[in-house]
Amino acid sequence: MQRELMNRAKELLIDETVVRVLGWKKGDLGYNHEPAYFDSPEELEENFVYDAFCGANLSKYMIEAGKQEGKTLVFLKPCDTYSFNQLLKEHRIKRENTYIIGVGCRGNLDIDKIKAAGIKGIESVDADGDMLKVKTVYGEKEMPFEEALLERCLACKGKTHMVYDELIGAGEKEEAGPKGNRFDRVSELESLSPEERFAFWRSELSKCIRCNACRNACPACSCLKCVFDSNQFDSNQKANADTFEEQMFHIIRAFHVAGRCTDCGECSRVCPQGIPLHLLNRKFIKDINTLYGEYQAGEDTDSLAPLTNYTFEDAEPGIVAERGRK
Amino acid sequence: MMYKIDQARLGELFAAIAEKKDLFLPVKKADQTDFALWTKEAEVDLDTLRTVKSPKDCFFPQSETLYNTSLEEGKLSIDAAALCDRDFVVFGMRACDVQAVKVLDNVFLADPVDTYYAARREHAVLVAGACHEPEETCFCKVFGIDAAAPAADVATWRVGEALYWKALTKKGEALSEVVKEHLTPAEESAVEEAQTQIRSIIDKLPYSHLKLDVFKETPMMELFDSDRWEEMYKPCLACGTCTFVCPTCQCYDIRDFKTKDGVQRYRCWDSCMYSDFTMMAHGNMRTSQMQRFRQRFMHKLVYYPDNYEGMFSCVGCGRCVSKCPAALNIVKVIKTMGGEG
Ligand code: SF4
Ligand code: SF4
Ligand code: SF4
Ligand code: SF4
Repeated sequence: MQRELMNRAKELLIDETVVRVLGWKKGDLGYNHEPAYFDSPEELEENFVYDAFCGANLSKYMIEAGKQEGKTLVFLKPCDTYSFNQLLKEHRIKRENTYIIGVGCRGNLDIDKIKAAGIKGIESVDADGDMLKVKTVYGEKEMPFEEALLERCLACKGKTHMVYDELIGAGEKEEAGPKGNRFDRVSELESLSPEERFAFWRSELSKCIRCNACRNACPACSCLKCVFDSNQFDSNQKANADTFEEQMFHIIRAFHVAGRCTDCGECSRVCPQGIPLHLLNRKFIKDINTLYGEYQAGEDTDSLAPLTNYTFEDAEPGIVAERGRK
Repeated sequence: MMYKIDQARLGELFAAIAEKKDLFLPVKKADQTDFALWTKEAEVDLDTLRTVKSPKDCFFPQSETLYNTSLEEGKLSIDAAALCDRDFVVFGMRACDVQAVKVLDNVFLADPVDTYYAARREHAVLVAGACHEPEETCFCKVFGIDAAAPAADVATWRVGEALYWKALTKKGEALSEVVKEHLTPAEESAVEEAQTQIRSIIDKLPYSHLKLDVFKETPMMELFDSDRWEEMYKPCLACGTCTFVCPTCQCYDIRDFKTKDGVQRYRCWDSCMYSDFTMMAHGNMRTSQMQRFRQRFMHKLVYYPDNYEGMFSCVGCGRCVSKCPAALNIVKVIKTMGGEG
């Protein structure tokens, strides 16, 4: 598929449909591909890559790219299109400045899971079959593709692109898809006592180094200036001062993306400390589904959002106290 | 003098150290390993090659109070935070992390001496472990660091059932003295084979042969003005992860936290990747992310060596290589600027 994508991108550059291409550039370790702009067919030929290590969601980059002169071609995986749509809905991206190629996806791999399986000194990863074949300085290793999938891919929203100009390689491999109920872990946490739940989050959030990777990678975090970056605020975005600050940052962030978070999984993918941030967001999604009816952010660009719309059927604020009592 | 202790009895060694001094070592918590104070319950993890955060926190914590002021009946009082006055041991550092402390020393121990840092350094004993299974992201060799013989106060090796222990400095010898009843004399040669093995793996690592000459031979302004920065910085999300996991990043911010009747003045790590970095009353001198991105790498590869006799302020630990959400890192910068080996 990589070849097909590359060829099509070249065509669109040459016939001047687009002036730049936003895709992924081959990394030097076989798994560390980076988001990149390509301005010429030669650059594409040399560096363009598309494989199971293209986890980075390019929608976030479209906020900046969309402001530039001329059209940008962007490659979006099915889950990335939800983020893109949500940004369209919030008027953060100009659709007319974008040409979207929806790309087929069989799931993306988590290098940390590969390393956690004891595979070290990686020289290359061959992810073609059902088994990953990993060449390392300590010899060849193998592990099942499925076991190295990113958390987000275990909760895949399906293989359908929500927005695109054309599709390449989509629907070819149907094997990926939801591997279980994405709310299972949330339900488990809900069933704990408040003390146990608090202990769980304390232990996870105490690892936070306030690096802001979760916020900066998040497509829903699109504020021009985050409140935590303000120097008028008696708090500091980079100080890992105390437990209160750690919690406050994450709780405010989770509230701010509630109803807008598409569950794209970028926050958890990028966190250097492996904090399962997606669980906070999924708790909100689950509650929204229960209280306001099923809703998937980014599914479309025109529906009314549950938290910014009012209906007579809306839950009353008292619901918080009622549910909290349980 | 080489000593050894059965690895199964390391708990006793830790307890013996902790009786006399604070002991920091790699501890696994919620599935991630970072340096933390040893307790009987702590899940010590010496197998993970690199902690997520470096041991830098032990000497230069991410946030620390400098002083408190308060106003009482019209009288202002200023209370400086107490300096570290208790000996502590940092066990399980890596050779790269030890070199990183030297990088920090150059900055913080030069005039004007940073008293908070100096007090911690004075009370610290560094115990480092050789890296028996280096990873592909490691490139310490490029900076002349020997992962098989860490230059700490005490170097250790894990071979077979034993942990070998060798003091290299006076501080190290004093620590050996404290725990001597747990150590038994051993042959120097016991670790030689392991060292050869480590060095041969290091040689095979993909980044071990990077060349840094370009940063020494090219005029500073030519590097600064290179077109390559513009293409390299683009995927950078300006998150600051690279700076916070880096053992040598040393920039900090000073801020005030309003308390009931005064302020608590504290400092916290800063990141050149942040938009408010070096913000002053007149504004900010680096106005674009390209300039901020360039700052990080020019500092490590050009400005710092220019100030400190050619010593680089990267030690090749590879933390930024494995943690950047956009897969950018100093290695890609070195290669793009012409340092491919
Ligand atoms: S990415 Fe992880 S460590 Fe960084 S601020 Fe977010 S939660 Fe904290
Ligand atoms: S970790 Fe990567 S994305 Fe974040 S500031 Fe550093 S270079 Fe930029
Ligand atoms: S720049 Fe990267 S590799 Fe170098 S010392 Fe810092 S974190 Fe380690
Ligand atoms: S960079 Fe070198 S010293 Fe540091 S962990 Fe890797 S092998 Fe060990």
